[in-house]
Amino acid sequence: MAYRHPLFTDEHDALRQTVRSWVESELTPHSVDWESEGYFPDWVFKRAGELGLTGARYPVEVGGQGGDWGHTIVISEEMARIGSAGVGMGLAVQSDMATPPIHKFGTPDQIERYLKPAIRGEKIACLGITEPNAGSDVAAIETTAVRDGDEWVINGSKTFITNAVRADFCLLVTRTNKGAGYEGFSLFLVDTDLPGWNVQRHLDKLGMRSSDTGEISIQDVRVPASALLGTEGKGFYQIMWELQGERLIGAAGSLSGAQLVLDRTIEYALGRHAFGKPIGKFQVNRHAIAEMATEIEAARQLTYDVAIRWERGEYPVKEISMVKLYSAGVVGRVMNRCLQLFGGLGYSDEFFMERAWRDARLIRIGGGTDEVMREVISKSMGL
Amino acid sequence: MPGLEIGLEDAKERFAAIPRAGLFTQDHEELRAGIRQWIEGRLAPHADEWERERDFPYREVFKEAGGIGLFGAKYEEAYGGTGPDLIADAVITEETVRCRAGGVAAALGAHKDLGPYYVYRFGNEEQRRRWIVPAIAGEAIGALAVTEPNAGSDVGSITTRATRDGGDWILNGAKTFITNGSISDYVVVAAKTDPDAGHQGLSLFIVDADTPGFTRSRVHTLGWRTSHTGELHFDDVRVPAGNLLGEEGRGFYHIMGNFQWERVVMALGAVAAAEQTLEGGMAYAKERHAFGRPVAKFQVWRHRFADLATEIEAARSLTYHALRKIVAGEDAVKDVSMAKWFSTELSWRVADEALQVHGGYGFMMEFPVQRAWRDSRLGPIGGGTTEIMKEVIGRLMGL
Repeated sequence: MAYRHPLFTDEHDALRQTVRSWVESELTPHSVDWESEGYFPDWVFKRAGELGLTGARYPVEVGGQGGDWGHTIVISEEMARIGSAGVGMGLAVQSDMATPPIHKFGTPDQIERYLKPAIRGEKIACLGITEPNAGSDVAAIETTAVRDGDEWVINGSKTFITNAVRADFCLLVTRTNKGAGYEGFSLFLVDTDLPGWNVQRHLDKLGMRSSDTGEISIQDVRVPASALLGTEGKGFYQIMWELQGERLIGAAGSLSGAQLVLDRTIEYALGRHAFGKPIGKFQVNRHAIAEMATEIEAARQLTYDVAIRWERGEYPVKEISMVKLYSAGVVGRVMNRCLQLFGGLGYSDEFFMERAWRDARLIRIGGGTDEVMREVISKSMGL
Repeated sequence: MPGLEIGLEDAKERFAAIPRAGLFTQDHEELRAGIRQWIEGRLAPHADEWERERDFPYREVFKEAGGIGLFGAKYEEAYGGTGPDLIADAVITEETVRCRAGGVAAALGAHKDLGPYYVYRFGNEEQRRRWIVPAIAGEAIGALAVTEPNAGSDVGSITTRATRDGGDWILNGAKTFITNGSISDYVVVAAKTDPDAGHQGLSLFIVDADTPGFTRSRVHTLGWRTSHTGELHFDDVRVPAGNLLGEEGRGFYHIMGNFQWERVVMALGAVAAAEQTLEGGMAYAKERHAFGRPVAKFQVWRHRFADLATEIEAARSLTYHALRKIVAGEDAVKDVSMAKWFSTELSWRVADEALQVHGGYGFMMEFPVQRAWRDSRLGPIGGGTTEIMKEVIGRLMGL
């Protein structure tokens, strides 16, 4: 039996084949269209739900497949094959960012109303954390939820929200107690058809163009007390927990994208001749490719190692931050060097390389910037 | 759900059963604690003194190390070993580095993983009995001599010659940069047995240090100052046929075969050294004040330390991946080459930043960080340079 990382079993290999064939037959053929339209169709969520991909890691009782983090990583790696990273991002928000807190902190009613239809791909979810004036500094959030009898009244705005334009509900981070610092945040599940909830703009982005990103205005949106997710005042810690999984997935998916680009670069470098030989045979390029392959392997092994710890129930915040920080750097460097190897072709529009280069730029920003990762890591080392 | 059958296994049980990093069991962790105690108690306190003297009581240290099983993890009990267990041997490598003198770690490591290990891997039973058993006990020191003044990474270009004379072999030539070369009791020597046969013309021989015609001297080095690095001369050195190690003409392939182990232990050592050096740099930065606060509290340093700690974790994961493949008996040439250059380059960069955070004290010989800086510089050179590693990786990728 061929060696594989202890994170994976035969079951994971089989899942990889299933996802790969789905992606290659039903998604990849549309990637160029979706990129130019700035949107991928809603049926992708429904189909992912039918295939069981949205619920891969959720228990069977809530409609999931009962998988583990190995399955989640396999899915995010294979989604990268679309070559339009926005699709994988939209689906990952649905399966692994906006919904895990419902499973972990939600009531049976919330699980019934939101989690189960989300797993089936019938209800689309978005996650509302970032605001115009609060990004990495989550504690600076200004959207407020104020109690009014049996209801909460929410006011504020959110931006850079993936899936916002089409979402049926939002997992929203709000401030419920201004003076309480980190203890003053709470999470809500908000239906997007409520009066006062307005998606103001479908944002135009540098990359990840197939994914819709919205700016949301929230004016006197009234939700019942039952919309509160988890414990009042614990929202900050709940969302920090969510971010750990998000960072692992972001790393695994973007590394897979970098590996695919590197593979295509090698193929190109062996076919393209200059000065009488394939450009890949020039020692400088050979070593550049060796360096990229090494860094991708290091980042991938680190991601897998930490995924095992996370699956085991440890809370390795420092190591997950390292996974995110290191992978983001590797992915960015690989994309840039591969574009260089493609020369003018790499710079051409509608060729996969320039798109991959643009898409990859987000990973150093989204889900916690490089700088915030370094803050987390150095703090956890007592600095 | 159609087409998807997952979650069939009891994931909780499966994940609970995976040893740390897919490698280290409770027994390994206990071994680690024992070795660490000996290294930190017996060796580390003398590091400064031994470095100043450019020497260490190697006979005594090797004997004691043999006594606690430092050299025996890869070998069966029949030879006095405690194994074979490559993972246990990796633990020993990681812990040996903590003696704080790269030269002592190198001396112990070269004995553990090079000369005598060659005898074990490629030798016959008689050779094993004669040269392995005392090596495991720490009573005889072994060395490996491949590099020559004009042949380093390019192993195929060595010129030391072995010619047949009746039942014997006669060796002529010179070797250099040989760790333990000037103190060893025997040397495994690579020599050309057929200069026209290219890579097929190389063979290995075991030469006892007291063989007439074998002379040696010590070369002084930038780092690894406690280590006895030797220059060896072979002037009509006559050895019996029984000293041919492995197959005649297969020497090049034997060397390449053991390179995987040599390089993965170098990567393991580099990661362990980087970790220790970074700890030292951070500890100093926390104590040292400038502009009213500890240097460690300046954001530029906090982020630099965060980056280095991150890269160390990445190097560790990459190295453990290579080690797992070796333990599984897989071809790991590409993975090992990756781990070797990546970890050794990183180890030196960590030492350079640790030196930087020490400011002027970093430049003073009384502070150990300068030693880490010098010692770690060998990593990207020895055992196959960084450039050679990238050649190997590139070629394996079809480039």
